[in-house]
This record gives sequence, structure tokens and C-alpha cells, in this order.
Amino acid sequence: MTSLFEEIPQAAAEGVPVRRVTISVNGQPRTADVEPRLLLAHLLRQGFKLTGTHTGCDTTNCGACTVLVDDLPVKSCTMLAVQADGHEVTTVEGLAGPSSLHPLQEGFKDEHGLQCGFCTPGMMLAAKALLAENPDPTEDEVRFGLSGNLCRCTGYQNIVKAVLAAAATMRGEA
Amino acid sequence: MYPSRFAYEAPSSLDEAIGLLHQGAGEAKVLAGGQSLVPLIKLRFASPELLVDINRLPGLDTLDVAADGSIRVGALVRHRDLERSTDLARVQPVMAAAAPLIADPIVRTRGTLVGSLCHADPQGDWAAAVTAVGGHVVAQGPGGRRTIPIADFVTGPFQNVLAYDEVAVEAVIPAPTGQVAGGFLKLERRVGDFATAGTAVALELTGDRVSRAGIALTGVGSRTIDARAAADSLIGQVLSAQAIAQAADLAAEAAQPNSDHRGSAAYKRHVIHTFVTRILTRITTTSERAA
Ligand SMILES: Cc1cc2nc3c(=O)[nH]c(=O)nc-3n(C[C@H](O)[C@H](O)[C@H](O)COP(=O)(O)OP(=O)(O)OC[C@H]3O[C@@H](n4cnc5c(N)ncnc54)[C@H](O)[C@@H]3O)c2cc1C
Ligand code: FES
Ligand code: FES
Repeated sequence: MTSLFEEIPQAAAEGVPVRRVTISVNGQPRTADVEPRLLLAHLLRQGFKLTGTHTGCDTTNCGACTVLVDDLPVKSCTMLAVQADGHEVTTVEGLAGPSSLHPLQEGFKDEHGLQCGFCTPGMMLAAKALLAENPDPTEDEVRFGLSGNLCRCTGYQNIVKAVLAAAATMRGEA
Repeated sequence: MYPSRFAYEAPSSLDEAIGLLHQGAGEAKVLAGGQSLVPLIKLRFASPELLVDINRLPGLDTLDVAADGSIRVGALVRHRDLERSTDLARVQPVMAAAAPLIADPIVRTRGTLVGSLCHADPQGDWAAAVTAVGGHVVAQGPGGRRTIPIADFVTGPFQNVLAYDEVAVEAVIPAPTGQVAGGFLKLERRVGDFATAGTAVALELTGDRVSRAGIALTGVGSRTIDARAAADSLIGQVLSAQAIAQAADLAAEAAQPNSDHRGSAAYKRHVIHTFVTRILTRITTTSERAA
């Protein structure tokens, strides 16, 4: 359906109008020729093979596809890839450091913040944006901040605990 | 889900955007936050030939709260910006109360107030808030600018009065003359759901008496309902229990709800009654008055 390529300076498939975009993905500049109708979620998953970004509902409801665009959470199933041109995108693959997990990942692991894990990447990125704005949230603030992300498994209890634990770690308290 | 094929332009000036819409001759659509339009094109409920992305236009992201209390909301001001504006919370409690109830925190990152007015969803929240405060929309097209009162802006479900080559550049809330008070209450089945019923109340008080009133309802009709009779019943009144009860009765009467999966018509009418009563009662205890 879509002609795209990355980092290969070849002409796109004939007859399909494409636009070249350059997006900083997890700090790395990535270039692709995309059809305007390509969604950011599909560029990330199929184009860049970053399959940590999940698509759960495809109707802008579940938040599984949440990524950060210029540090703010966005449902990548509801943004065109062309719109990300020149912007910075962070996916779950960009959370861990070279030798250590991100405190949010540690938090989800330690507090059993996931069961099937489908919602987890979106949860963690929404939580990252939340903690950047509010490093010491109350439980209610975490619940409100994550209310755009649905989980079918956990009942949310341990997700909230995981985010609070990560917040404490990131404040240097644990 | 993949949208059908369309051309895409992201102009860097408003004139250019208007020119593209004009050339599009009705087959082009403005793309703002995309939080209504992108779901629609994915479902192929809409198949525009050209999307004119206004996100790179300069100057439209300004939320200006003037000293006189008038507010200008540029077309790229996001729900999130309104939610976090302390100036807005200070001067216009109904708008501040509505902002965190729109959609969910992630949709609020991108969705815009002006886009929401343009989308004209009968269950949208901003149209009710802007109706209650008596706002208007400023549109620009090839022939220049015009100002459209919110009551004339929405012409039907998902329909607005804009010509195909006009861009809504901002929504304007006029300066109040009295002390501002108000609130917004919404019943939703879960976060991110549209309103089962929602009520916006905006008052101006001069001394103890109501000098201006607006009450608007969402989710309870095929368009945003301006509960004029209910609002007018408050003019010149002190907010007594009797005045509040009368306004709540009239607002409930103005609602035109349908029974659906969100509740029966009678239930929704009852919710409107309760919300009007609750907001007005809270105002009497001054908690929702602006400073
Ligand atoms: C899961 C979910 C839940 C939601 N819940 C709610 C809710 O509870 N309450 C609520 O009110 N809304 C809700 N919304 C809708 C949301 O508020 C949208 O952001 C809003 O309706 C449209 O704004 P937008 O900027 O995203 O517009 P877009 O989606 O970009 O555009 C919508 C329409 O308006 C036109 N348009 C947009 N801007 C302009 C302009 N400046 N000039 C001319 N035409 C323009 C477009 O061409 C299009 O037809 C929800 C959306 C989602 C996905
Ligand atoms: S897949 Fe994007 S919100 Fe569900
Ligand atoms: S862990 Fe399964 S959806 Fe959240």
C-alpha cells in the first residue's frame, strides 16, 4: 500500500506520490519516503521495524500506540507520518540506556505492572511525559495522567504502583 | 486501517493555506489536531483529496488572556494548553472546568478548541462552553476576515458555516462586564467518552445579581443546545434556591435527548437538571467564582 524506504536514496515506486521525511527517532535521524496517508504508527512498526509501538484499537481509544513527539504523548495511530517530519519521536525502544533499563521499566518489572504487556509501551511513554511534568505525583494524578491508556489485564493497580516507584527512583529516593 | 489516498500540503503561511483550499474547490480539508479528522479518514467516513495541514502556520498557537478578561484562542491552541493555563482558570471558570474533561490526556496533546468547534460534534464539549460565554469565531478566506457568533457558526451536526476556502483562525471570548462565575459538568461512562450529558454555565454578577447568563447543553440533542430561556430566567435575580430551581427546570425542558446506549432520555434530562442546580449552587458558595 505504501512506498517507503529508509536511508536509501532511490526513487520511490512510480506513480505513487511520496514525500521525504526526516524524523529523529530515539535520537537517531531516520529518513523515509512516505505516502501522506501513512500513519506514524505504521512508519515506526513497518518502516523502521520498531515493533515495540503497538496498535491495539486503531480508533484512537486505547493508547497502546502512544509515543512521544517532542516529549509530549501522542497516539501514533492518529498522526500522519508526514506530520512528524522534523520532529523528535521517542518510542519504547528509546527508553533503556546501553546497559540499564529505564526506571519506569524497572518499576513495571518490580511491581508487576504488566501481564500480557500489550499496553505497556504506551503506558510507559505516557508515564514518562507525566513524570517529566510532575516528578512527584499523587496516586490520583498518576491515574488521571494515564487515563488515555487502557489495560485489559492488570486492573491498573500495579501500573500505578510501578509509576510511583519509578517516580521515587527518578527523584533519587530509592 | 488505512485512509484512502490524498495529497498533503503543509503550508507555512495562512494565505498559502487559503489558496490551497481555494484550489481544492471543496475537495480539500483543513487538518488541525487531527483527533477527529484522522479517525474519520481512517474509517473512510471522509475521503478528502487534499489535506491542508495548518500545524506549521505561525502565530496560531497563541492563547491570549487580556487584562480586560477577553480571551483569544488561536487555531493551534491545544486542549492541553487550555487545561494548563492559569490565566484561563483565573478569568473564565467554565472554560477551565471543561478543558480537562475533553477526551483523554493524550488526545488533548494534539486536539484543538477551534478544531472542535469546526467539527461541530453534537456531543462536543467546547461548543457548549463557548456558547455559554457568548464567544465567536474569526474566519479568514480569500475575501478577508469575518466574525461569526458561535450560535451561527454551527449549522447542524458535523456542519459549520465556513466556506470551503476559509480557515477558522481563532475563537474569541468577549470581555466580561461583571464578576465572572461558572462551571462545566459532564457525565461520561468512562474517561475519553463523549458526554452522556454535559452542561456549561457562565454567569456575570453585578453585586449579588446576575447581569449576564449563558447555559448550554451537550450530548442531549442533535446539536449544542443554547438553553436561552433558562439563562434569561436568571437575569436580574439573586441566586436564590427558587431562581436556581427555575433555571434547572427550564434547562431540562430545553434538552432534546434521545434514549440510547448512554441512557434513557428521561435520565439525561434529569442529569441536566442536576448539573444546572449543582453549578449554580456552587456559585452561591463562591467556590467557582473567578477572582
Ligand atoms: C478518543 C477520543 C475522545 C474524544 N473525546 C472528546 C470529548 O469528550 N469531548 C470533545 O469535545 N471532543 C472529544 N474528542 C474530539 C477532540 O476534541 C478533537 O480534538 C476535536 O473534535 C477536533 O479538533 P482537532 O484539532 O483534532 O481537529 P481535526 O481533527 O484536525 O479537524 C476536525 C474537523 O474540523 C476542521 N477544522 C479543524 N480546524 C479547522 C480550522 N482552523 N479551520 C477550518 N476547519 C478546521 C477539519 O477540516 C475537520 O473537518 C475526542 C476524540 C477522540 C479521538
Ligand atoms: S491503537 Fe492508537 S489509540 Fe489504540
Ligand atoms: S498488561 Fe495486558 S493490556 Fe495491559
